[in-house]
Amino acid sequence: MTTVELRGTPLRRVGNLARADVLATVGAVILAVIVLAALLAPWLAPYPADGGSATHPAEALLPPGADHWFGTDQVGRDVFTRILFGARTSLFIAVAVLGLAAVAGVTLGVVAGYAGGVVRDVIMRITDVFLAFPALLLSLALAVVLQPSVTTVIVAIAVTWWPWYARLTASVAQSVAGRGFIDAARCLGVPAPKIVFRHVLPNSLTPVLVQLSLDAGGVILTASALSYLGLGAQEPAAEWGLMVEQGQTLFTTDWWVVTFPGLAILVTAFAFNVLGEGLRAGLDPHRRAR
Amino acid sequence: MPRYLIRRLGQAVLVVAGVIALTFVIMRLVPGDPAVAYAGPKAGPAELAQARARFGLDDPVWTQLWNYVRDLFSGDWGTSLHTRQPVAHDLATAFPASLELVGAALIVAVLAGVPLGILAARYHTKFPDLSVRLSSMLAVSVPVFWLALAVQTLFASTLGWFPVAGEYDTRLDVTSPLHVYTNITAVDALLTGNWPILTSTLAHLVLPALVVAAYPAGLIAQMTRAALIEETGRDHTRMERALGFGETALLTRFALRPAAAPVLSLIALVFAYAIVNGFLVEAVFNWPGLGRYAADSIRSLDTPAIAGVTLLVALLYVVANLVVDLLQSLIDPRVRTR
Amino acid sequence: MTLMRVRDLEVRIGGRTISSVPSLDLGPGECVAIVGESGSGKTTALLATLGLVEGARVSGAVTVCDTDVLTAGPRRLRAIRGARIALVMQSPQAALNPAMRLGTLMRRALARHGVKGPAAKARAADAVAAVLLDEGVLRRYPHQVSGGQAQRFAIALAIALGAEVVVADEPTSALDVTVQAEVVAVLRRLREERGLAVLIVSHDLALVSSIADRVIVMKDGRVVESGPAAAIFAAPADPYTRELVAAVPELPPPYDPASPPASPPASPPASPSASPPASPPRTGGAP
Repeated sequence: MTTVELRGTPLRRVGNLARADVLATVGAVILAVIVLAALLAPWLAPYPADGGSATHPAEALLPPGADHWFGTDQVGRDVFTRILFGARTSLFIAVAVLGLAAVAGVTLGVVAGYAGGVVRDVIMRITDVFLAFPALLLSLALAVVLQPSVTTVIVAIAVTWWPWYARLTASVAQSVAGRGFIDAARCLGVPAPKIVFRHVLPNSLTPVLVQLSLDAGGVILTASALSYLGLGAQEPAAEWGLMVEQGQTLFTTDWWVVTFPGLAILVTAFAFNVLGEGLRAGLDPHRRAR
Repeated sequence: MPRYLIRRLGQAVLVVAGVIALTFVIMRLVPGDPAVAYAGPKAGPAELAQARARFGLDDPVWTQLWNYVRDLFSGDWGTSLHTRQPVAHDLATAFPASLELVGAALIVAVLAGVPLGILAARYHTKFPDLSVRLSSMLAVSVPVFWLALAVQTLFASTLGWFPVAGEYDTRLDVTSPLHVYTNITAVDALLTGNWPILTSTLAHLVLPALVVAAYPAGLIAQMTRAALIEETGRDHTRMERALGFGETALLTRFALRPAAAPVLSLIALVFAYAIVNGFLVEAVFNWPGLGRYAADSIRSLDTPAIAGVTLLVALLYVVANLVVDLLQSLIDPRVRTR
Repeated sequence: MTLMRVRDLEVRIGGRTISSVPSLDLGPGECVAIVGESGSGKTTALLATLGLVEGARVSGAVTVCDTDVLTAGPRRLRAIRGARIALVMQSPQAALNPAMRLGTLMRRALARHGVKGPAAKARAADAVAAVLLDEGVLRRYPHQVSGGQAQRFAIALAIALGAEVVVADEPTSALDVTVQAEVVAVLRRLREERGLAVLIVSHDLALVSSIADRVIVMKDGRVVESGPAAAIFAAPADPYTRELVAAVPELPPPYDPASPPASPPASPPASPSASPPASPPRTGGAP
């Protein structure tokens, strides 16, 4: 494996990582572009109104050209504009899901790993139960139960995603809790919560961060699949999965309506995946892909 | 070995109990009245009461859970609201079609993923490695529903190389009717020597199976590569090299076996995932499996049917994990004595 | 006859010399030990004799059984590895494939070098007996045998393949003291009975003195002293060697082969082509 020099200034560290893994660097650059596009969508978009419910029936289904780089959809909205606004939806969902799942999972995982014994067993069995439901499946069931919306998608995916972090953190916390300095702290009478926050938690964070970047791609794919099934974002919201669903019957005649949103999902998930993979290789070389 | 397996079995039973409880809880959360969904919007109070009594909706929660569990084990998975058939029966017809699709896809995924992983490990950090990494990353990043649409549009609708949708040409039901044994069409056709339906099924299977295979193939290639690279960094590989074995033999004849354990557990994990991913592909290719059944159930808020599908897939996941643990204890002798 | 001949071996990574050995000769039945602390470059030198150094520039000349290891192509290298020169590693169990029975490994290794069928069976049985192992170990997995058994099996692999040279990297440091003695006894017997040449790398002077004819002392990648084992242990010239020798409370009596045919350390076989077997004349310090 390529070993990476992890010393020196932060800038040099980033530079070393970049040279060590070209693919991950490409991912990071693509991701930076996507984040900027999402943040600046209202200013970058050529037709900001098309990010919402505007309609221009006269300009429906125009092929890609100088005025509309990615063409227009069934109601005449600029596809490029909607792709830019779609980035906001996707990134928002990813951040919200991973935030919720990580907070819940890390908390339970630290408790399980530090407490050990029966507490650990109970938490781990609950984790197993949730892990038995593939994310998309449980999300499907939940999305039916709740009303279809972006919030539903976030809740549904977060519910299926936290166990990964619980499991990961528990194993890290367990190994940290077994180390000498924790025993020493215990003997000195340091209260348990303080030990957890001072020592166990910080040691668990690197693997969790690596896992978060690896998972972001999966969350975006799952969210777009739910939207494609009509269980997520609703018209007139700009959401890539929804755009594919709305245009799917037009693939043979007006390819751009479906192709560009799909490519947007692919590129975003790809960027997250290669970046996460590179981070794992660079920061956490001993842990294998799960 | 028995001790270890008994412990694993005990864990699996606990997880199954949890899965059943969780499914029950989710289904209880459904807004709207299942009785209304069953009896229809125009039903009078008497009919509603009858429906409520029929589904035991007036009983206390614990009684309902108990009845639910009892019914599950006696094979009564409830009655689908939209097909008006027992859910167990619906699943028994839909599941084999999904199994056919996912089974074919996983065979493709293993046949493609493992050799690609070996190739990448053999030429680690060289061009073949980079191309395998790149293509496997693309394979796990592509939205499967979009890939299904793209492949269908290109190879079926436009080029006409493969059929657009369905499991086989249903006109063949007239000319050469199929005897059903396993409900897996390809297998039944093979068993009964029904060549027209067999070839038609295989032709219909190619595109959806390839699409479902993309994600697992990418994952398997990545995992095989990583496990092999890790294994070749170990002492025993140096020893084997010092015995005169070439680099390719080191991978295929020595490193592959100890590296198989993580790849195998991945395949189990991916199996359940592929079934669910298959839902989306089934929808696009109109494949008569669980996915289409689930989609119809979702549209009609068919709670018992959705619960049935959810439960079935979760149980599959638990079983697949158990099977993998068993296989691992056969492959890796260290697990047995653990 | 020289089985292994090393001249001006130098291994460099990024311009830094991590190991250099000016001269080393090994004849049948002889044993040379490279001694030094960890990081002294002794293991690197050992791996270089197998052509197994990776990611570094290796210069000089290493001849093993008439093959120049440093210039030979991969095919030629694979042909001599195992069959002429075999490796014994430090942690015996980690050196064996965890998912493979010892017998399977033995069978594959023999088949790799063209020995199959009944001949392979006979060779395996003979080799296992030569290292005083029961044939039953062939049906075991690495985790089912002890460290000493695993180490002796590694030696048995070399015997089965007909290797004339065994290079051993700290072959006893991962073993219990009693088990160490077993492994040393096996190596000594094979030297005497089969004329096996042994290149051993170790930091354990007691082990070295009990088995080696000649000793090369390394520090920071360089040879600081070399010569007959008895002489070096009796009167170390280099300060570093003196320190090493002084650190060992009591050395066992130096190796003294009972059978005269095996070349004794003090009186090398006089052969015109062979270089002076007492290796290079003792150098006072680092070259």
